[in-house]
Amino acid sequence: MGKQLKQPFHEKRIFTERIIVAVIIVSLIFLLLLSRYFYLQVIQHQTYSEQAEQNKIKFSRIDPTRGLVYDRNGVLLAENITTYKLQFTAEKVKDLDQKLVDIQSIVSMTKEELLRIKEQLKYNPVFKPLTIKAKLSEQQVAEFAVQKHHYPGFNIEPYLNRKYLHPIEFSHLLGYVGKINQAEFDRQDHEIYANDDYFGKTGIEKYYEKQLHGIPGQLVTEINAQGKQLSQQIKKPPINGVNLNLTIDLQLQKASYKAFGEETGAAIAVNPQNGEILAMISKPGYDTNQFIYGISQNNYDALSTSSEKPLFDRSIKGGYEPGSTIKPYIALAGLYHQLITPEFTMFSNGYYQLPKQKRRYHDWKQGGHGHVNLVNSLAESVNVFFYDLAVKLGIDNIHAFLNPFNFGRLTGIDISGEKQGILPSRAWKKANRDMIWFPGETVITGIGQGYFVITPVQMAQALSILASKGKINPLHLVQQDKPSNNTLPFEIKAAHWETVHEGMTSVINAPNGTARAIKSTDYLIAGKSGTSQVYGKSEEDIYKKNDELPKHLRNHALFIAFAPVEQPEIAVVVVAEHGASGTKAAAPIAREIIDFYMQSTYSEPKALDEAITQLGGTGQYNNEPDNE
Amino acid sequence: MNRRFFTYVPDPFLMVLLLLLIAFGLVVLYSAGGMVLVERQAVRIGLGLTSLYFITQIRPERFEQFTPFIYIGSVMLLIAVFFFGISVKGAQRWLDLGISIQPSELCKISLPMMVAWLFRHTTLPPNWKYLMAAAAVIGICTGLIYKQPDLGTSILVTASGLFVIFLAGISWRFILGSSILVALSAPLLWHFLHEYQKQRVLMFLNPEADPLNYGWNIIQSKIAIGSGGFWGKGWTTGSQTQLDFLPEHSTDFILSVLSEEFGFFGVLILFSLYFMIIMRCLFIAQQAKNTYNRLVCGALTLIFFVYITINAGMISGVLPVVGVPLPLVSYGGTSVLTLLVSFGIITSVHSHKKLIQQ
Repeated sequence: MGKQLKQPFHEKRIFTERIIVAVIIVSLIFLLLLSRYFYLQVIQHQTYSEQAEQNKIKFSRIDPTRGLVYDRNGVLLAENITTYKLQFTAEKVKDLDQKLVDIQSIVSMTKEELLRIKEQLKYNPVFKPLTIKAKLSEQQVAEFAVQKHHYPGFNIEPYLNRKYLHPIEFSHLLGYVGKINQAEFDRQDHEIYANDDYFGKTGIEKYYEKQLHGIPGQLVTEINAQGKQLSQQIKKPPINGVNLNLTIDLQLQKASYKAFGEETGAAIAVNPQNGEILAMISKPGYDTNQFIYGISQNNYDALSTSSEKPLFDRSIKGGYEPGSTIKPYIALAGLYHQLITPEFTMFSNGYYQLPKQKRRYHDWKQGGHGHVNLVNSLAESVNVFFYDLAVKLGIDNIHAFLNPFNFGRLTGIDISGEKQGILPSRAWKKANRDMIWFPGETVITGIGQGYFVITPVQMAQALSILASKGKINPLHLVQQDKPSNNTLPFEIKAAHWETVHEGMTSVINAPNGTARAIKSTDYLIAGKSGTSQVYGKSEEDIYKKNDELPKHLRNHALFIAFAPVEQPEIAVVVVAEHGASGTKAAAPIAREIIDFYMQSTYSEPKALDEAITQLGGTGQYNNEPDNE
Repeated sequence: MNRRFFTYVPDPFLMVLLLLLIAFGLVVLYSAGGMVLVERQAVRIGLGLTSLYFITQIRPERFEQFTPFIYIGSVMLLIAVFFFGISVKGAQRWLDLGISIQPSELCKISLPMMVAWLFRHTTLPPNWKYLMAAAAVIGICTGLIYKQPDLGTSILVTASGLFVIFLAGISWRFILGSSILVALSAPLLWHFLHEYQKQRVLMFLNPEADPLNYGWNIIQSKIAIGSGGFWGKGWTTGSQTQLDFLPEHSTDFILSVLSEEFGFFGVLILFSLYFMIIMRCLFIAQQAKNTYNRLVCGALTLIFFVYITINAGMISGVLPVVGVPLPLVSYGGTSVLTLLVSFGIITSVHSHKKLIQQ
């Protein structure tokens, strides 16, 4: 360590030596660069001169037209319209600041927009056009055409742009397109996508992006030495995007949305015979058209912070407890496992207790329902019947039976963003809560409460299987040819299906049915109501009736229904958020959707009187259950 | 006060060379982008030259004194960009791009200053402790810039720090060893590159495979350069430039314009100017009175040289496309300002070198 002291002269010598090395390296590299340029400009000059002479051909891209989207009857839902944008090329504009002020006599700009353009100017290459306004009115186009000579470097460019014809009703289902972002662009084939292309951001537009987008073509332009265009020729035509035909019926979709009135929630109507989705809504929707040209921050904030959560797609992402809508499936499981028969009856005294435990699990009706069989238990939604049945089945059997019905599993519906949900089981609880399963949890599983998180689309898939008596037709939105021959992994006797259908028919058509208020005289509807509990209530709120609670703490109202019972053509799932009572809030919506479908499908209503009388005539009851 | 701010005239020899280079650059820019761009660029150059003049008046001891603060400030800005950049990502790209550029430019000056500051009192060559400190200082900047992500700038910033270590007299054995280590870990680094970065490197190896995008740019640029010949096609008459075959001709590819219109002769003049500027700056560095001044001047000069090499190599197809402008000639405000500030530091060192003897 003899070098503790600074040795200025030694150091200067080292530095000088390094500078000399640097001089040598710099000189050498400059020589290398010069020789490269000498090679290109002197030795290869002839070759490149010829290439420059021939270089009169320019390639440019021809954008493919995005595929259109139609409903099942060929009615247009998403189209492309010619839009005009105003742009300028910075290097061709003299006195840009003044021109940007002047041009406002034609297109008005907010301070915010002007600031954005100024900011973009700093980073946009000067030879690349910069858009001032993405959408011009016809009047603006005409005004600019007249004053064009005053604005050299500015021009109007026509281009095709997406337009949604029914944006509110289809906001989640169709989704929307917007400018591709860097992350999306990096993942795409750059032969197909340009960095200012449109890209499906949500819904069908996202799921079918590849098909809808198409493949660009190539345009060859020949120019002479003065840069004048001599000819233009399409070298490779673009392959336009594929048009999609949805299974959705526009009219039914609109009617479903309207049926909700003031309520928010989701509804899905499917044909259980083939899995076609006839209507699928999430309310409230929002105007997707405003996303195409780039939504303003204010509008976006308003949407994203709204308490009604319009951007949230409840139909595939909303997680709910199935509540009593699970009962038909539990009943089926009991019949399959031969724990009950259609004739089996039990006595409901108003509550259920596990052996040696104090806790009472109540019926919604004080004092109980008396002697009930399976059909009555579904009709009146007798909790005690299903508490008992669930305990007899055990959680493992329940899980194994419900799983093939698609509860807590992705349905694979052809739209992006589906959530998985939860079908509770011992294994799930161990993995996610690190706790063993308690017997009490099996009890409430019987009435669809507890750890359940089920999406409306899963409910619709399950209902489709139930209505078609075991046929598994995967739900889909775009028409397809391939029929599905899938069935449940276990075989359920025809008589058992019949009994459960009869129970669900009684819910609406029997005098003691909980949803008799929505009974139709034209055709037979089967259904089941349910309540999905809303958590986060304070201690004192728990004991209040739903009517006394503020809206956002009221329970969600559920209803599942299908019709006509004999040969179901439509199965409907309705979730009315904070609707409190399935029979009061959700059932009428389901009825309206089914009615609309039946009336538009059959001009003459089917006479089903006989069937109705069989079930016990038309009852006149006033006391409607508040809780299922 | 007045006296202090108007005492020092920036090194006339260097200034003449810089002004000649700038003038030549504006002449080419006129052909590439028209009078509008020349006017705008002239304003920025005016601003840059004014800064250069004022920086010359400041004593280098002041830079030395404030170096840690300048460095910490630029790192904080980088971190701010990192957090702010993420929150706006996807919403508005320009904002993202806009802010990320500035602090990383600042690093090209503040990082070599910081490394030089670390070495200012130690004996040279620095021992391993100082080298570790230098590695940390470089790593922080490079990492943050790479994360933005901006590979090109992070490589340049790393180089600016490494130049200081080189000039500080680190042993040749060490340099050789590190080079071999880097070469061996190249496949590993490849793994860290983004998809588009990999594509650019692959495209560089085989430009014909991608004739419509970056490959097209290089092909057109080579045609522009080659067809220029020895004397060039003449000012504003290059067909490649004027008929828009050449991409980005006022920014990254402006040397192709110069090559087409002024030929090999023009390239020779340009390179001579650059060469003389670099030699003059290295001379100033060698004459500087202390370690800090020497190292800073030397590193800033070498990074200027690297700019030239990368740009000239890239547009003539011997280096991959990394988007580095041709210093003091390409259109664009940030790089002109950063460069003229660096030259300000160098002229300041030159003007104050004799102070101790007085």
